[in-house]
Amino acid sequence: MSMSVIRSLRRGGAGAGFGGMSAGRIRAVFRKELRDFRRNRFIVGTMAVVPLVFMVLPTVELLTMPAGLPTSALDTRIGLAMLYLLIVPAMVPAAISAYSVIGERDQGTLEPVLTTPIRAEEFLVGKALAALLPTLFISYTMFGVFLGCAELFAQPAVATAALRGPQLLAQLLFTPLVAGWSIWVVIAISARVSDVRVAQQLGTLASLPPLAVSSLMSFNVIHPTLRLAVTLAAVLLVVDSLGWRAVAAVFDRERLITGSRALR
Amino acid sequence: MSSTPALVVEGLTKHFGGRTAFSEASFTVEPGEVFGFLGPNGAGKTSTVRTLGTLIAPTAGSAVVAGLPLTPANGVGIRRRISVMPESPGLYLRLTVAENLEFFAGLHELPGARDRIERALRAVNLSDRAGDPCRALSKGLRQRVGLARALLNDPTVLFLDEPTSGLDPVAAREVHDLIADLRGRGVTIFLTTHRLAEAERLCDRVAIMNTTLRTIGRPDELRERLFRKSLEVRTRAPLADPDRVFGALDGVESWQLDGSGAYVLAVSDPDSAAPAAVRALVAADADVLSLSQSQHSLEDVYLRLIESDPEVSAA
Repeated sequence: MSMSVIRSLRRGGAGAGFGGMSAGRIRAVFRKELRDFRRNRFIVGTMAVVPLVFMVLPTVELLTMPAGLPTSALDTRIGLAMLYLLIVPAMVPAAISAYSVIGERDQGTLEPVLTTPIRAEEFLVGKALAALLPTLFISYTMFGVFLGCAELFAQPAVATAALRGPQLLAQLLFTPLVAGWSIWVVIAISARVSDVRVAQQLGTLASLPPLAVSSLMSFNVIHPTLRLAVTLAAVLLVVDSLGWRAVAAVFDRERLITGSRALR
Repeated sequence: MSSTPALVVEGLTKHFGGRTAFSEASFTVEPGEVFGFLGPNGAGKTSTVRTLGTLIAPTAGSAVVAGLPLTPANGVGIRRRISVMPESPGLYLRLTVAENLEFFAGLHELPGARDRIERALRAVNLSDRAGDPCRALSKGLRQRVGLARALLNDPTVLFLDEPTSGLDPVAAREVHDLIADLRGRGVTIFLTTHRLAEAERLCDRVAIMNTTLRTIGRPDELRERLFRKSLEVRTRAPLADPDRVFGALDGVESWQLDGSGAYVLAVSDPDSAAPAAVRALVAADADVLSLSQSQHSLEDVYLRLIESDPEVSAA
């Protein structure tokens, strides 16, 4: 997710824009989405259950780590548990963003929205920011619970290793980056498929890359290094920053409204 | 009120792959006019609205919508000046009426949104339902919310696509009253409908479309164009020699006996032919039950045009 977009929104005011976009219209979509999420029991339920499921394994792993593990082994196992927690910001958007375009089309609300002056980019950025906020809230809350469990119930040596600065910083930084990547992938899917369920199912694919990275590390195929972390962060930052452009390019008003592709 | 036409459409055509949605549509809509767009299912009415509303791109032809040429570059500008109410109002059912309108006011970036929302709700008599979730409203009330939403930005042209589709007669009547009220306020309305009585009651002019434009004009003009003026005479008993009674009358061009036993006289001027016909009937000792000018509705016009359409006949 582009930080410039967020800054632009904070500045506020109608017409204050980013890349020609109107902050006022993005804010309108953002607010409407949050209101709608809060009253959608399915989304609230999914947002509550999915993260809990993905928090159980790393928490159990943390609490069952023996005190006498060598430091390197302890760091690796804690690193993997935290990496596993990054599936939460990858999975939550699948529940929220899958509805973003195809859900609107199915309930007949897309057409009235697209007959207003809103641009595709504004619509998509508003949707993405509205998905980002609850995703960050849930992911950081889960991480806080995980750290709380470490502090209260894990072996002291394990707790000390879990609460180390670099680990915390990496988790705090990667959470929005992974969420942003996942949100754009799922919105892109939602803009192209013809059924919400298909969008949800395909959207879960967004969690595969973090899962793959976790697996590769746990099988010692790749090793967690600072260089790897910086490279991954840079790639995610680029994808998040340019995601709105890519998704806007696949957002075809005519196909979404009529089911037929626009002849250009 | 501006004298620039609200809509100028020239040769507008839309194909979806190999299928023609509408072809070579040309018409002009004047400011403040209520323009009816009639046609059977699949005639291209909704596609025309979507094209003029910048939702879909035309394959050929040109248009000027609310003063702006219909081009991709003008999409946002046109959408600022118009409102489109699709057949289904497309409300966010979990949001309240006011929240729905607030969202759309935000999309239009309207100053004084709160006042505009209140005004729009007053216009559709829904001020007391502002806090209700849209899911709790009947279909007719949802349609009224859709109309309120369409009024928020004070559009130069308001497109209403089948606004009374699926409504019961009472709810449809309420929507008619709202449209009549908007007409009174000088809003240009482009109304697509299946309901011919609705078009006849509300529209200044109508166009009848069946992929291509079949005719266009005021409802009374279309009636005159398609149907000869006539008088219908009913008598207690058949006339002994109707040719002698009607054949000599000035202004009566021909006569015939219709299936119900009434004499139908083709006349050039019903006002002068009617008294002469009465006098001739009295002179012939006929017991006259009724004499009336034949009324052809817009439905008669529509059916004659559509039934004589080669495409419909072929189908």
